[in-house]
Amino acid sequence: MTYDINIVDVSKRFGSTVALDGLTLNVRQGEMFGLIGPDGAGKTTLLRILCGLYLADAGHHLLAGVDGRKKMRTVRSFIGYMPQRFSLYPDLSVAENMRFFADLFQVPHKEREIRLQRLLEFSRLGPFIDRRAHALSGGMKQKLALSCTLIHTPKILLLDEPSTGVDPVSRREFWSILAELRGQGVTILVTTPYMDEAARCDRIAFIHKGKILVTDEPTAIPSLFKKNLLELHCRQHVMAARFLEQSRAFESVKIFGDRLHVSSHKPNAQTTRLIKSTLAAANIDVISIKPVQARIEDVFVELLQ
Amino acid sequence: MKPRFIAIMQKEFIHIWRDPRSLTIIILLPLVMIFLYGYAITFDIKEIKIGILDQDRSPTSREMVRQLTKSGYFVVTADLHDRSEIEPAFLGRKIVAAVIIPDNFSRDLNTSFRIPVQLLVDGSNSNLATVTINYIKTFFLTYSLQINARLLNAPIDMQPRVWYNPDLKSANFIAPGLVAVIMMLICALLTSATIARERETGTMEQILVSPIRSAEIIVGKTFPYIFLAIIDAIAIVVFAWVVFKVPFRGHPLLFLFFAVVYVYTCLSLGIFISARVKTQQVALMAAQLVTTLPSLLLSGFIFPIVSMPKVLQLISYIVPAKYFLVIIRSVMLKGVGMAALWQPTLFLLVFGTLLLFISVKRFKTNLEG
Repeated sequence: MTYDINIVDVSKRFGSTVALDGLTLNVRQGEMFGLIGPDGAGKTTLLRILCGLYLADAGHHLLAGVDGRKKMRTVRSFIGYMPQRFSLYPDLSVAENMRFFADLFQVPHKEREIRLQRLLEFSRLGPFIDRRAHALSGGMKQKLALSCTLIHTPKILLLDEPSTGVDPVSRREFWSILAELRGQGVTILVTTPYMDEAARCDRIAFIHKGKILVTDEPTAIPSLFKKNLLELHCRQHVMAARFLEQSRAFESVKIFGDRLHVSSHKPNAQTTRLIKSTLAAANIDVISIKPVQARIEDVFVELLQ
Repeated sequence: MKPRFIAIMQKEFIHIWRDPRSLTIIILLPLVMIFLYGYAITFDIKEIKIGILDQDRSPTSREMVRQLTKSGYFVVTADLHDRSEIEPAFLGRKIVAAVIIPDNFSRDLNTSFRIPVQLLVDGSNSNLATVTINYIKTFFLTYSLQINARLLNAPIDMQPRVWYNPDLKSANFIAPGLVAVIMMLICALLTSATIARERETGTMEQILVSPIRSAEIIVGKTFPYIFLAIIDAIAIVVFAWVVFKVPFRGHPLLFLFFAVVYVYTCLSLGIFISARVKTQQVALMAAQLVTTLPSLLLSGFIFPIVSMPKVLQLISYIVPAKYFLVIIRSVMLKGVGMAALWQPTLFLLVFGTLLLFISVKRFKTNLEG
């Protein structure tokens, strides 16, 4: 198995805050790897270290086998990094932004125009080629940012929450673009707060307080959940959650949309009875209770406790 | 494939061109400044308001007052009849000086050696007061000589003649200085914020993750402003020449050469500031403090350096405008050439290069520190 990104024991602190605490992570060549974790877990810090914007206090990392610390400019020539905040030039047009980044990466002129056309097609930004970046919608901005990141055909792509603040349709479109890139053999390391996006990755890792807690394929993650899980559909579900929690009869009660996930070590039948009696006492109508397979977020919520 | 610094330059040109704010600064600021300074700062004395308390009221005394005002330096705005009227006239700002002609002025003129004529001056504007006293003193000296040249035996006949600015016109003195100050202002204001702006908006992060070198960023960001500053310099000189009739005796190409050298130094200073501050606001404040103020006050633009305290004189040695002032006054008013000006030129080149070098060295292609 060849790895494209090797991160070994990397630590980084800002003053007294520990951002990364001896983090070790390996990303395989050509895989789409999702990094998931709450705000402040160290996701952005890790990506910034990989592209040399931050210098690690300890540990080392290799990108495509090249030492990221010692040969930073070499590494930068074959990686693409897209920061969380849209940071292209608002007063430059779509084409101007892309050409500028192509020139920064010393893409030959002819090649530049070919790639420009291809990326415009790819990102469906073609009709907006002369539009200034500030006049683009959130989704289009994100696609432009990605196009600028891709103009030098990087081997490794580092994306920091690329779909935050983007509408659901653009989000789906963006991810299908990523899937296409993955098909072309680009190694992608992407951070995301969305579990449905995590499910699209080949492997995911859960990062918390500067450390990796679990790394596995998205489909394997739910099996880490060792308790029984029931999905409860009822009226006044927020209030219901409070009553169930106060009863202290369950391992955990979590709100997922308009449903509640109740976990317990006890058999499902027993838990169902307990839920019904608790809510009956509170005068809350139960619509349905059914056992469900744990989802990625159930596991992560569990891990955080 | 173009060099990376050219890519940065092109982008910078687009920013300037599409940003109405910086365009306004570039075009309007020099014109507004030269208008303000050209018309407002004048050391030429004209129409100083004086009051006359003529206690003699004779044809002779009236003739003398007529001669005093004939020069155009003074206008009589108060005809006083009593000493008690003097103070209200000062307080009401009707006059800045009062001349008191004694009783029997005309009678004593031919007989007495000493006729006391009193001059009262409002010292609250000490500049104006000094000039007024000197003008009136000179007037009475000349007048006395006319009345009775025989009584005086003056072996030395001093004949002053002013070269290069024979009329001692303020505009001739101010305009070249303005070129120095305005160019520094433009360069500093525009460049100081350019790196800080990209830091603030986050675009710097995006540039830095390319294989770019610090020097390429610094040079690419500095150069576009050279053209703009040079255009401004030419505009100011032409403006001074047309509107204020300031002579231009040197060779235009020579002027252009010096302007480029000076702009290079100014921009290096601006970039030097920009490379070390985090926000645009701090950059602008720092630029004001480090470039504009010293250029106005410590360059010899208005206040002569020789009459400053020693500390300020020492500081003035690192004010680029001081050197450029020497150069541009020489070029515009005296028409001297390169040979006489290599020293200040060398200083500007060395100083600018040093700053640029430090900026490049200190500029990190990461977000640390």
